[in-house]
Amino acid sequence: MSAPQSHLHFAEKAHRALADAHLQKALHVSRNGFIGKRAKAVARLQEFEALRDAARDIKAHTLAHLDLYLEAYEAKVLASGGTVHYACTAEGANAIVLDICRRHGAKSVAKGKSMIGEEMGVNAALEAAGITPVETDLGEYIIQLRHEMPSHIIAPAVHLTRDQIAADFYRVHKGLPEARDLSDPAALLAEARKILREKFLAADIGITGANFLVAETGTSIIVTNEGNGDLSQSLPKVHIVLASIEKLVPTLEDAGTLLRVLARSGTGQDMTVYTTLSTGPRRPDDPEGPQEYHVVLLDNGRTKMLGSDFAEMLRCIRCGACLNHCPVYQSVGGHAYGSVYPGPMGSVLTPGLFGLAHSADLPNASTLCGACESVCPVRIPLPKLLRQWRERAFAHYLGPQSQRLGLAFWGFFARHPQIYGPASRIAMRTLALSGRHGRFRSLPFAKGWTGQRDFPAPEGETFQAQFAARKKP
Amino acid sequence: MRKTGIHFFASRSRADSCRMEAPQGPRVGLYVTCLVDLFRPAIGWAAVKLLEDAGCTVEVPRQTCCGQPAYNSGDRALAKELARPVIEAFAPYDYVVVPSGSCAGMLAKHYPALLADDPDFATEARAFAAKVYELSDFLVTVLNVASIDAEFPRRVTYHDACSGLRELGIAAQPRKLLGSVRGLDLVEMQDSTRCCGFGGTFAVKYGEVSSAIVEEKAEAAEASGAPVLLAGDLGCLMNIAGRLARRGSAIEVRHFAEVLAGMTDMPAICAGKK
Ligand code: SF4
Repeated sequence: MSAPQSHLHFAEKAHRALADAHLQKALHVSRNGFIGKRAKAVARLQEFEALRDAARDIKAHTLAHLDLYLEAYEAKVLASGGTVHYACTAEGANAIVLDICRRHGAKSVAKGKSMIGEEMGVNAALEAAGITPVETDLGEYIIQLRHEMPSHIIAPAVHLTRDQIAADFYRVHKGLPEARDLSDPAALLAEARKILREKFLAADIGITGANFLVAETGTSIIVTNEGNGDLSQSLPKVHIVLASIEKLVPTLEDAGTLLRVLARSGTGQDMTVYTTLSTGPRRPDDPEGPQEYHVVLLDNGRTKMLGSDFAEMLRCIRCGACLNHCPVYQSVGGHAYGSVYPGPMGSVLTPGLFGLAHSADLPNASTLCGACESVCPVRIPLPKLLRQWRERAFAHYLGPQSQRLGLAFWGFFARHPQIYGPASRIAMRTLALSGRHGRFRSLPFAKGWTGQRDFPAPEGETFQAQFAARKKP
Repeated sequence: MRKTGIHFFASRSRADSCRMEAPQGPRVGLYVTCLVDLFRPAIGWAAVKLLEDAGCTVEVPRQTCCGQPAYNSGDRALAKELARPVIEAFAPYDYVVVPSGSCAGMLAKHYPALLADDPDFATEARAFAAKVYELSDFLVTVLNVASIDAEFPRRVTYHDACSGLRELGIAAQPRKLLGSVRGLDLVEMQDSTRCCGFGGTFAVKYGEVSSAIVEEKAEAAEASGAPVLLAGDLGCLMNIAGRLARRGSAIEVRHFAEVLAGMTDMPAICAGKK
């Protein structure tokens, strides 16, 4: 597991996130945009719910026959002149990438946005080998400047305000006059573009991710809003696609169905601005394109998930809707999760890929409100999967001992109604006596609650006792 | 022996047919929920009144907790242990009615999954689940109650508690019943379907995050201009009332059943005695 992981627990990171005024501002701005746009995009398309069913079925079918589709895909990539490399681990995948870079004597690599690249920690691996990775996606470029992890799977720099980003550009872009106005997003993009274009042209190798891999044709598909993916893959001599095995879909038509729900769910666009398909290296009569085309297929725990109770998670198409609609994510942002995959999908995926021992608090960091499942384009039952991780964590004694004891204590009473009845009557009467103003401002055993909320006082007598009294003649 | 106060739609309701077989009307086991039992029995009484007014015979078999805290904390074994006696205790009833979408969801949606691999209870759990209803859903869907004879001349706003909304589709039912209350003016707050941040043990385990989430609910409630906030889940109500009280807000927080049953004399949640 080479993905960057923070040593702090969720609660501590959440505490910092809640106190970060810049972050809170950025989260508010982005949230309303994402949610409102998705709602409008969905309302515009009558068959959206039916499309979600179709999208779910396509992914479920592919996963059920993944071995066959991988073979078919590989054969097609080979036939088009490309190469498929299988990597069991992130380290293995990085070694494959470095090997290709070394063979070509690469000094710099232009990168399109790739969550698999983040999962592998490919930038760190490249830098360690003396190769400069240049992020060409604006968001990725910004967090690279800041040496941060992405905080969102489709909008890596969504945790930053425009002012923070402008300040970074003034700091890093030499020769940028202070008088230059960078106050609107278009100006920021133009400034980044100016710097990045030079680097595209100088790069020896282009690395992109893949939203879908099409078995029928051996094609990899990426969607971007900046067109950077096209340039990263067509200008350099060598194109490396980083993808995980569950990106497979059977046909181009299936990819079309998934594309129809992807952007609508994530950004609320009908389609992302650029949808780029690449099949193998440049053919003799192609005007442009790479001379070599490599696909690195990463497993990194996915085969194991496929055979487990968590297989449904592999349907995920990384749209980001579950993050955007999650009240917890909305409050604390992505970095609080300490994983490249934040939010509800991340809290299911992270334990599966990187181990539950490092992330047992993530599946608990949810109210199980179900907003995620209600918007997921491939209908992943995220609350159910979160609960399953809680069960694993409980079975392995992960998590705070105090909570375990509390549960056992409460469980004893709940299992013994003959004790529970009288004990609860005494407890509620006592509590009612000390809470005569209808509420408590602090309770020693519920500090987590009473820090910022009052706790209601009970009426006094329990309902069951009252009801029993009524029935007696 | 139907009391007046509740008006039915056309005559072919399931309640009517039940009543023809059993003159007492459907026999309902009230699953009052642990929070209502302990903290706010008034909601239990409101449910009893609404059900009896609609012609049901209401009984309250002995109960502790549905096991949701254990289930959501990953203690499946304890959750099962708590689920089995609930199924047994409610076996004699035609229906199980719950004044909470969250607990009704646990009984109706999660018990069958929880006990699916239990040879002695898998079938029972499914049969049990099929007769579980959230209170407003039961009144509207099963008993075809179209209006309630109650008066509450105030502006109210309604929070859609998550489990009821997303697991059971509770949204129109309480609004329909509230809409029939004389004088009641229902105004929707912004994002009424957004989680209040309660999440059971989440509210204590991640108190700060929970508080940040409920803060937005409190702001939305205040911005709605309604002096009364209603919902169908006591856990959420305690959370929202707790935050509103801490903010010094004058908004009254109640279960919708209290309004439907005309039981609004008692202090609102977190409010002291008048
Ligand atoms: S889990 Fe569903 S909603 Fe979340 S990113 Fe994946 S596909 Fe999108």
